[in-house]
Amino acid sequence: MLYREAGQFKTSYLADGQIFPIRQDRIAIALLLAVAFVVIPLTANEYWFSAILTPFLVMALAALGLNILTGYAGQLSLGSAAFMAVGAYAAYNFQLRIPHIPILLSFVLGGVCAAGVGVLFGLPSLRIKGFYLAVATLAAQFFVVWVLTKFPWLSNDSSSGVISTQKIDILGISFETPARKYVLVLSIVSLLALVAKNLVRSSTGRAWMAVRDMDVAAEVIGIPLMQTKLLAFAVSSFYCGVAGALYAFCYLGSVEPDGFPLDLSLRILFMIIIGGVGSILGAFLGSAFIMLLPILLDNYLPSLAALLHLSMRSESVSHIQTMVFGGMIIFFLIVEPHGLARLWQITKEKLRLWPFPH
Amino acid sequence: MKSLKRLLLSVTAAAALFAPSYAALADDQFIAIPSYRVGPYGANGQAFYGGFVDYLNYVNLKDGGVNGVKLSWEECETEYNNAKGVECYERLKAKNAVTKGTAYNVMATGIAYALIDKSVEDKVPLMMVGYGRTDAVDGSVFPYAFPLVTTYQMQVSAIVKYLASKNNGSLAGKKIVYLYHDSAYGKEPLVALEAESAIGKFKLVEIPVAHPGNEQGAQWLRIRQENPDYVIFWGWGVMNQTALKAAQKVGYPRDKMIGSWWAGSEEDTIPAGDAAKGYMSATWNVAGANVPLIADIEKVVYGAGKGNMQDKSKVGTVLYNRGASVAVAMVEAIRTAQAKFGKGKVISGEQMRWALENLNINNARLTQLGATGLLPEIKTSCENHEGSGMVKIQQWDGAKWNIITPDWIEGNKALIHPLFMANAQKYAKEKGITPACMK
Repeated sequence: MLYREAGQFKTSYLADGQIFPIRQDRIAIALLLAVAFVVIPLTANEYWFSAILTPFLVMALAALGLNILTGYAGQLSLGSAAFMAVGAYAAYNFQLRIPHIPILLSFVLGGVCAAGVGVLFGLPSLRIKGFYLAVATLAAQFFVVWVLTKFPWLSNDSSSGVISTQKIDILGISFETPARKYVLVLSIVSLLALVAKNLVRSSTGRAWMAVRDMDVAAEVIGIPLMQTKLLAFAVSSFYCGVAGALYAFCYLGSVEPDGFPLDLSLRILFMIIIGGVGSILGAFLGSAFIMLLPILLDNYLPSLAALLHLSMRSESVSHIQTMVFGGMIIFFLIVEPHGLARLWQITKEKLRLWPFPH
Repeated sequence: MKSLKRLLLSVTAAAALFAPSYAALADDQFIAIPSYRVGPYGANGQAFYGGFVDYLNYVNLKDGGVNGVKLSWEECETEYNNAKGVECYERLKAKNAVTKGTAYNVMATGIAYALIDKSVEDKVPLMMVGYGRTDAVDGSVFPYAFPLVTTYQMQVSAIVKYLASKNNGSLAGKKIVYLYHDSAYGKEPLVALEAESAIGKFKLVEIPVAHPGNEQGAQWLRIRQENPDYVIFWGWGVMNQTALKAAQKVGYPRDKMIGSWWAGSEEDTIPAGDAAKGYMSATWNVAGANVPLIADIEKVVYGAGKGNMQDKSKVGTVLYNRGASVAVAMVEAIRTAQAKFGKGKVISGEQMRWALENLNINNARLTQLGATGLLPEIKTSCENHEGSGMVKIQQWDGAKWNIITPDWIEGNKALIHPLFMANAQKYAKEKGITPACMK
């Protein structure tokens, strides 16, 4: 009833090309941003900032990066965590070795370094596809972790190989409290999400999708395969790199190469599978699902058990978590293989036809 | 629509009902326990945290708490995962505004590193007993981090000292292989070992093993070729039993292998079967259910049916006793803090920090507790957050661990501590910290 575009006419090309063509969507997103930027910083507590919201946003950014590569350009990758590691270590080294370098510039340069490594490991994609490419990107995962362990210079000769990130200072404002870190991460993620959304609507994004759908046909209609694929690798790794830098600087505060294992890459892949392959919104929904569901179970299962007079040990919660998680992943893959984003789209379509959806 | 509404309503109701309960009462000393009992190192965590929780329970049952203040606690499963550890820390910290969790013992180097900055901001101490960031020995740079009892560097130095004592006081001309888990944990002792090798004039061969270490064929082949006099072994979890079996396969004598304290528990030797016989390891706590304190815990806590271990036969194992020892140190710190800030009061994180920095657990006190010889004496200060630096060497006889050095062995403090200070200064510079002791 409320969600209907009747009466909204587009009178210019500009209006036709907006990201959110329906007014209700624009209002909703404005409200969402207002809540995220204003209401949450004023109301949430430290636990929410540093244990829930910040990691959710950081992982959403990483998932966004992988979604560009896998969802839009169709190149399967298992190296996302490695690109995050490159971003984190590069940003740390830029901060350490170049005096007075602005931290935001370090983040960007961290992303650029990750993009470079991404292009390097994207080269095999010109020859191989699908599972074989996934295995090639797996090499990135192990190679990067090995390099970071092997060369102590990268961790400033720390005896343990662990790096502690520097303080965040932007234009004299210190971003040390969890709330401020959250706002910083939110700003960067919102900006990059906007860029990504526009990128995939542009000719670049359309070229990616053409390659994804059939690369031979794409080549025939004049899309340069090498350029397109490598660009996808570069942009995707850039996003992962920035996510890695934020992971280190704004979330954990200290990282080691082992902190970016294959497991993390797989989690990012699950995020886009559950959230929705080939959807910007999907990256956020997937991240929310994978990051928040375990925490939710962790918080509520013991009280639920207490209600039923069952004793619940903390390790049982972990076991149940794994079971529920596995069950839900299978459920989603069967019921909605296109992920949560697709479910959301269906809901919207039904709402537009409400009360007689078909 | 009706069903949707009902669904929404019931969800809201359920959410309201099951809002996280705040079990801790305001007048309890609430202790946060970010533990792990599942995941790759779950078996180790079960025994360790079992001992830890049992001792807290013991204090409550036997003395009614610390000077009348009951201890309460809550566990949170970290699975040895950094991100989960941080989430647990944030969650537990919020459970009690006064104690903020008293002191955190995560038994995972990665998590401890991630919490170092946070613990300073939140003014709650981090107890890294036998793991974690070792240069935190310098309390002027790391006011809230306590690598209590002893550190990897001091341990490896003590091991070298022990090996030297077996060779008439000198290792000159000998060859020692250092086989280690290629992570923060395994790399920390390298600097100390290199310094020892320069002084002791023995040849050091460093061989890393990639995580998790369940494949060591190539490494042991190399050890066979090198044919060293000793192998110092820094493993954790599945890597330990694999190494013992691999050593047996290539025929390297196990009584020339000496492990770190994380490579010397029943969880490591029993799965290795007879391959473990004769294997030695360092330890900072003694195994055995016959220690008076452990026997009493068994009687009081398990007698009341409140024991934490599902497998009671593990009471008295190395890791169980280690968990109990850590709890002893923590409870003694609470006691110290109460002596200074008021008996029968709940201790805040800041007061706990003071207590940990001014901790003095001497042998007389250990005897009172029934923990004679269970752990070494601990005396801390701002310059020395470690407080002891002593270990014993134990040997596996096929059925149990036996202590083979009756006295505690101290590492070469004059050599090792300056390394910590230099590292801490470097860290201070990197982070822009002005070193200063807190009052």
